[in-house]
Order: sequence, then structure tokens, then C-alpha cells
Amino acid sequence: MTSRRKFVQQVAALGTLSAASAIAPSLARAQAAKLRVGLMLPYTGTYAALGTAITQGFNIAVEENGGKLGGRDIEYFTVDDESEPAKATDNANRLVQRDKVDVLVGTVHSGVVMAMVKIARDSGTLLIIPNAGANAATGSQCAPNIFRTSFSNWQPAHPMGKVMYDKGHRKVVTLTWKYGAGEESVESFKEAFTKLGGSIVKEMYLPFPNVEFQAFITEIASLKPDAVFVFFAGGGAIKFTKDYAAAGLKDKIPLYGSGFLTDGTLEAQGASAQGLLTTLHYGDGIENPKNKQFRYAYGKKYGIQADVYAVQGYDAALLLGSGLTAVKGSFGDKKSLYGALEKVKIDSPRGAWTMSRAHNPIQDIYLRRVEGNANQVIGVAWKALEDPARGCKLGA
Amino acid sequence: MEWLIQILNSVQYGLLLFLVASGLTLIFGIMGVINLAHGSFYMIGAYLAFSLAELTGSLWTALPLGIVLAFALGLVLEILLISRLYRRDHLYQVLLTFGLILVFEEMRSILVGDDVHGVAIPALLDASLPLTENLSYPVYRLFISAVCLVLAALMYFTIQKTRLGMMVRAGASNAEMTQALGINIRWIHALVFAAGVALAVFAGMIAAPVSSVFPGMGNQVLIICFVIVVIGGIGSLKGALIASLLIGFVDTFGKVLLPELAGVAVYLLMAIVLLFRPAGLYGRP
Amino acid sequence: MADPERPRRSTASHRVVTWWLVLGILALAIFPAIAEKFYLQLITKIMILSIFALSLDLLVGYAGLVSLGHAAFFGVAAYALALAAPASDAPNLWLTLPLALAASAVIALVIRALVIRTAGVYFIMVTLAFAQMVYYFFHDTRLAGGSDGIYVNTRPSLEIGSIDLAQDLHFYYLVLAVLAGVFIFLGIILRSPFGRALQGIKANEQRMRALGFPTLRYKLAAFVLAGTLAGLAGYLAAAKEGYVNPELLAWHQSGMVLMMLILGGMGTLFGAVIGAFSYVLLQEWFSNLTKHWQLLMGSFIVLAVLVLPRGLAGLGQSIALRRRSSASSDDVEP
Repeated sequence: MTSRRKFVQQVAALGTLSAASAIAPSLARAQAAKLRVGLMLPYTGTYAALGTAITQGFNIAVEENGGKLGGRDIEYFTVDDESEPAKATDNANRLVQRDKVDVLVGTVHSGVVMAMVKIARDSGTLLIIPNAGANAATGSQCAPNIFRTSFSNWQPAHPMGKVMYDKGHRKVVTLTWKYGAGEESVESFKEAFTKLGGSIVKEMYLPFPNVEFQAFITEIASLKPDAVFVFFAGGGAIKFTKDYAAAGLKDKIPLYGSGFLTDGTLEAQGASAQGLLTTLHYGDGIENPKNKQFRYAYGKKYGIQADVYAVQGYDAALLLGSGLTAVKGSFGDKKSLYGALEKVKIDSPRGAWTMSRAHNPIQDIYLRRVEGNANQVIGVAWKALEDPARGCKLGA
Repeated sequence: MEWLIQILNSVQYGLLLFLVASGLTLIFGIMGVINLAHGSFYMIGAYLAFSLAELTGSLWTALPLGIVLAFALGLVLEILLISRLYRRDHLYQVLLTFGLILVFEEMRSILVGDDVHGVAIPALLDASLPLTENLSYPVYRLFISAVCLVLAALMYFTIQKTRLGMMVRAGASNAEMTQALGINIRWIHALVFAAGVALAVFAGMIAAPVSSVFPGMGNQVLIICFVIVVIGGIGSLKGALIASLLIGFVDTFGKVLLPELAGVAVYLLMAIVLLFRPAGLYGRP
Repeated sequence: MADPERPRRSTASHRVVTWWLVLGILALAIFPAIAEKFYLQLITKIMILSIFALSLDLLVGYAGLVSLGHAAFFGVAAYALALAAPASDAPNLWLTLPLALAASAVIALVIRALVIRTAGVYFIMVTLAFAQMVYYFFHDTRLAGGSDGIYVNTRPSLEIGSIDLAQDLHFYYLVLAVLAGVFIFLGIILRSPFGRALQGIKANEQRMRALGFPTLRYKLAAFVLAGTLAGLAGYLAAAKEGYVNPELLAWHQSGMVLMMLILGGMGTLFGAVIGAFSYVLLQEWFSNLTKHWQLLMGSFIVLAVLVLPRGLAGLGQSIALRRRSSASSDDVEP
């Protein structure tokens, strides 16, 4: 009885609460000249760990700056995007329209980022993408107010074509999930590999997020290619390397992959990943002062090792900070702000990088070998690689 | 040779699917409860394998511990929540167990975190049998298949040949009559639900070394389990076994022969079966 | 579901329903005057989801056909708009809407025709299976952008007077009008001989068949109508968001709309709308409270099942009844 009445009261309270919060933001706006930063990242679901790492990386950069960016104090607005494209437009609008953020930072999932790109293009809000690699975001859909501090799907896979050709492999099988990131990675690899004269024996795809690989592993064993190139990440990456090694193929048909195959998963992959070569824009043992300083600060504050996602989040804040500093913290003149953002040179833990005309990092892609629980950098696979930004008319 | 190995792959995958789906079909068939949280129990199993193996140092000690915990969890859930739904529309079971998915997934995030993990294969079984010049088969996968077969036989025996099984079957076909005969049907229901949960948890635990442990893993198996139950016929263990094997074959060969259709192959199979047998292969219409 | 209430449903209660309807529409009509842009869009979204929930209510609440694949029709219409829209100009609503509705209707007709004899739990699963097939069709082919989705660059144009749907306010009123229209349309349908036959089929199909009703044809008509109305919602959603993704068709969308319906209370048109509003607003509220909002949402759903046997609409009815009769609370215990 009483519990039911209480419940009714709560529902009633809910009604008034949402009505009140409909009016509240406009009151709050009046007093503050704080920089309003909207973080739209996954904090629940499959990519929750990535969203957290990006946020923490961002925080480290802000802390190094004395809690400010471009001389301004910061007010954060966070939204859990759940990596759910169906809710993406509402979530982005929540930050852009309700919270009136100056800058939108996000996200991990490519489908969600495509919705954010649409909102950024329509509203003119500055968007900084700290992970999602959909080529279109800095390709056919590029815009003056959209920047990326991570990578395009094209980038990490492309140098692998050269690496594998140089190792003497000529006939290669590819395998990935049938979804945007997988297909774009394989296409990019194929582009580089076939241009040099290699050939793709077979392109294999499995439905996302299916992780039953046994059928493909059997087929690979009977096709006997020189090597295999794959794109997998997270749980699927662990299972694939384990299945591949357990089938005894690891030492017979070398396995290569885009760096996500072994990033953040090594502890779980154990022996199955030892010695694998992958390419990515970050890795362990990059010798520069910035990397040392960042990893130390990150480890001290969060008690875990920084990863590539943390670096991308860190760089998002660096980018925003240096761009804003150049225009004295003001969003008043968008043109000069974007101009400043285009010209920045980011002194990143991954090594210095600059913005391409399409607003995607021009960066070194490293060749890494798995040693113990580290993706040890053993060289630069491609120096200052720039995404071709197909379909982008910016700065052309 | 390649095709023989693909058949082995199919059977092996099918048996694993059966292990996960059997708990669902039991709960479905005997209690008439649609349990969307079944995938969550599988996920809980995998995380238990990871946490307990780390705690006790071995999967062998983790397994019995996990099963006991799962059985207890099943009993508690049945008594507190599920038992209130028997007389109500299936839809409320859908809603309640959907709520449970959210609760379990979030508890997992709070207690264990959002990282992906691996579980080591027990040293005893960490080997591979060479099949062709370059392909070998992991012993652990064969072990899983053997365990699945033993469990299938055990379940069949328990339900068909024991007094407990008789009471369960009686309860499934006519709950009130069974009650009138002096058998405590509430107790039977609690037992069956707990057994179903324990089966899913066990499947998650034993599969953890090959599947790895990651957020959202439960939702992936949930739908495929439903497909199995429907193809096999609700409540039929034999049907679930045959459906699991069918899906193992369709999935494996679909990927190799018709990669373009691989995403829909399993659902296509289900639709075709239901076109000709609207109550599944072994279901009573 | 509402069986115990049926005798009480007199003309008086119909008058009450009409009053609530008028009040609801009025409240929604004046809402833009006090709301910020974000809340305008949020309510637009909820109204679209209400249409979606209403379409499912026709199936689940009245015809007794529980579908777990309703998102397929929603998504197909959304994709139809995205594919039919020209690259830069505004698509004409009068051309693209019928096209999108036809697409949803045809898919619904084909699916229902294939599974005409399945019922109960099997029907739930078979609708799920077909919806998953449609999902993988859009997810795995490059036809419409694959897993990354596809844009609708400009909102459709109505070509009437100075109405400009690109403005959120105009679009809001369009959606409100459509919602009111669908609500009234379903109200009329359900009181027509067709609607009464459906409810009769839900209560006792064999009796209806014995009385000479072609029950399969009635159910087919209900399924296609529900699919088409879901398509209407999907079209509006695609127009609002300007972005269509395969996840719109995924099974958890079908699950979500079913949740809304059960939460609000099936078998009443208000229940569908209340369900859509409360589900989205609750989520909004919880996710503002804590990072672990899904724990709250999940617990709330579990509690709602245990404490609110007939959904929120049923709760409202119980309170109204109790007030009127001022009787003991025994009769509303679950």
C-alpha cells in the first residue's frame, strides 16, 4: 500500500523533475564563462573500457594544464552513448542543444560517430573524434568543424601491405567481420599489398559479432597461403588468436593484423599472441619524453597502464587546448579557431603529428611485435602516413 | 579431408550450443517460462570461471564452486521473482527477465569491470592432435564435446528414468493434478529453474577457455539459443540436440560455401523448419 | 488483459477517454511554448515511438499476436526514405511516404503469409527470425551504407503553404498531428466490426471461426496494418534524425517497443503512449543520476512487473476506480 503510494509520488516527482530540468540549463548558462565540454562516449556495454580510457586520457591532459584548456576553466557534460546508433542522435542533441556545449568529444563506435558527424555538420558545433575510424568522417563527410585525433580505418592497415610484401609473402588470405571497420581495413591492406604485386587468395568475412572461427581456420589450413591478414578487436581478437594458435597454424602460416588484434587483450591472449606482428599508430616502448611523462602520470593516477585509447583521448584534449590557446580561448571567431586547429602540431605520446587537410592525423604507423604483455615497437612501418580522404573537398 | 574436418567443426560447435540451450529448453518446456536472462547466466558463468580460477588457481576447483553458486542463484531467483509469474502472460516473463539482463550486465561491470579476459586451458588438456600436415585439433574442444554428450545422456536419463524425472514430467503436463497427488510442484519448479541456471553457468564456465570473457557475450548466445529451442520444439531435449547440430552444420558450411548468406543462414533454417513444422521438429503443436 | 474492466467500460468511460485524449493533445500542443529545443526534439522522438508502440499494441494488445520483430517494419520504411531521398534536395513527402509505407506493408504481408499458421511462442520467434534476416540484409550489404548507416540529408518537404519541416517546431506539430491521427484512427478501427472481430479472435479464436469469421484473414489484415503503421513511425524517425542505421532493425529495438507496451499497459491505446513516454523519460532520468543507470532501469522493470500487473495505464485505472468506489484496496492486488 504505502510502497505503492510512494511509487506514485516518485512518478509524479519524475514529471516535475523533467519539467524543471527543461528550464534549468538556460538559468545555469548565464553565470559561467567556463568551457563547456561534452563527452559522448560508451560507459556501458561492449566498449565501456575504451570509453573510460579515452576519458581518463583526456583528464590527464587537462590536469597537466592546471585544469584548464586555452586558459579557460572547464565544465564537463557526459553522456553514455552505449555504442547504440539508434539513440545516437538524441544523445548528441542532449549535449549540443540542452547543455549547449562548445565542443563535442566522441566516440568509439563508427555508427554512433556517423550520427554525431551529421549533428556537427547541421549545428556547426566543433566535433573531436577520439577513436571511431569510419573513413567517411574525414572523407566524404569531412567538414571544417570536424577533427579526429585517432586514425581512419584506412590508416593502420595500409602499411601492413608493405610489411607483408617485404617479408616475402605473395599470396595472402584475409579474414574479418562483415562490418564497416573490418571491411575498410581489409580494403586498405589489399590496396597496398596488391599495388606492390601481391595477390589476395581469398577474402573471408563472418557476420559481426560472430566468433566461431573454426570453419575459416580449417579453410585457411587447406588453402595454404603464404600468410594471413585479419582485422579483429576485443573479445573476437582474443578468441581468434587463441583458436589460430590451438589449430597449430601460428608457426606454419604467419598471422598479421591491424594493431587492434593485440591491443588491450594481451593478458587474455597469453602465449597465442607471442611474436605476432601488427601495425598501429601507437605501441609500447616508444622512446620520447612525452610518452614517458604521460604513461607515468596515467599509471600513477589510475593504477593501470595507458593504452592507445588513452593516448587518443589525451591528444583530443591537447588538440583542443592548443587550438584554443591560439585564439585566446574564444569561440567567437570560428574561422580562426578551425584555422588554428588545422595548423597545430601535436606533441603526442605516439610521436608528433599534424592535421591533414581533411582533419585526420598525419602520423607514423609503427610495426610492433608482441613480447610478453607488450606490443613492442620494432620500427616505423610507414612514416607520416596521410589518409587519402577520398571524397573530401576541404583544402583541395 | 577438409570436409571431414568441417564436419567435426560442425558437430563440436553444435554440441557446445546444445549445452547452452538445454537449460533454456528445460525451463521453457517444463515451467513454461521464457527466460531472456539465459544469456546472462552464460555470461555469469564465463566471468565466474575467470574470477574463481584466478582465486583458486585452477579451473577444476572453480567448476564445482561455480555450479553450487549458480544453483543457489537459481533457487533465489525462482523463489523471489519467477514463482510470481507462472499464472501470468508470457509477456511479463519477457519483461522481467529483460530487466534482469540489465541488472546482471551492470553488476558484472561494477564487480569485475569492463575489460576482456582470458581463462587458461587446464594444463592436462592443453594439447593438440595433428589432423593434417598443418592443421591440428585442440584437445580441449574435444573434451567439451565429450562433456556435452555425457551431460545430454545424463539429462535424458534423469528425466526419462528416475522418480524425480517422472515428477518433473508430470508437473510439466499437468501442474494441478500433480499437486493434488501430493507432489510439491513449487519445489519441482524451483529445482528445474535452478538446474537450468546451473546448466547455462556451467556452459559459460567450460566454454570460457576457448571463447574468452568479454562484456556483452551473453546477448550473443541468447538469440541463437532461442532459435535452437524453436527449431527443436519447445521443451524437447532431443529436439534441442538435433537443432543444435543442424545449426552447427548450417553455420559452419554456410560460412564456407555461402559467405554472402552467412549472417542469415541460421534464421533462414529456422524459418524453413517452421514453414513445414510450425511447432518445431519435436514440439507438440 | 483488461477483461475485469470490460463491464465498466460504458459510454461514460468513453467520454472520460475522449477528455483525456483532448487534454493530452492540448498539453502536447502547448508544450513547445515552454520547452527548450532539446526537449522539443525529445518529445518529438517520444511521440514517434508512441506511434510505433501503438502499432504494436494493435497486434499484441488487441489481436493477440506477439511480435518480436516489429522493428523490421520500422526500419524498412526508414531505409526506404533514405534510399529514395535525392542527394541534396528535399524529398517530397507525398512521394516518399507512400513508398515507405508500401515497403513496410509488403514486407509484413510476405512475412505473415509465410508463417500464417504459427502461433504463440513460435510466432514470437518466427517474427524475430525474419526481422533478423532483414537486419542482416541492411547490415551486410553495401546497398545502404552497411553497418555505418546512411544519411537522409534533408528532411522531406510537405509542399503545403509555408510549412517547413526542416524547422523542428513545424516537424513537431506534424508528428503530433500524425500521432493524434493514428490514435483516433485506431480508436475507430477497434470499435468497428473489424476491431471487434480481432478482439474476439484474441479471446477465443475457435469460437470466432465457428461463427464463420475468416480469422486468418483478419489476423493477416491486422499484421499488415500494424506493420504499415510501424513503417509510418520509422519514416518519421528517419526524417527527424536524418540518419538511418541497421541497429534500427535490431531485435533489441523490437524488444524495447514491447517493453514500452507492457510497461504502459497493453490493450489500451493510452497504455502504448504512456509506455513510450515513461520508458524514455525514466531512462533519461536514470542516466542523469549515475553511470550505472542500467542497474536502476533493470531493477525498475523487475519491480514494475511485480507491482504493476497491468502496466502504468492499469495503475491509473486502479487509482481512479479506488477513488470512485472508495472501497478497500484488495481488488487491485496483483
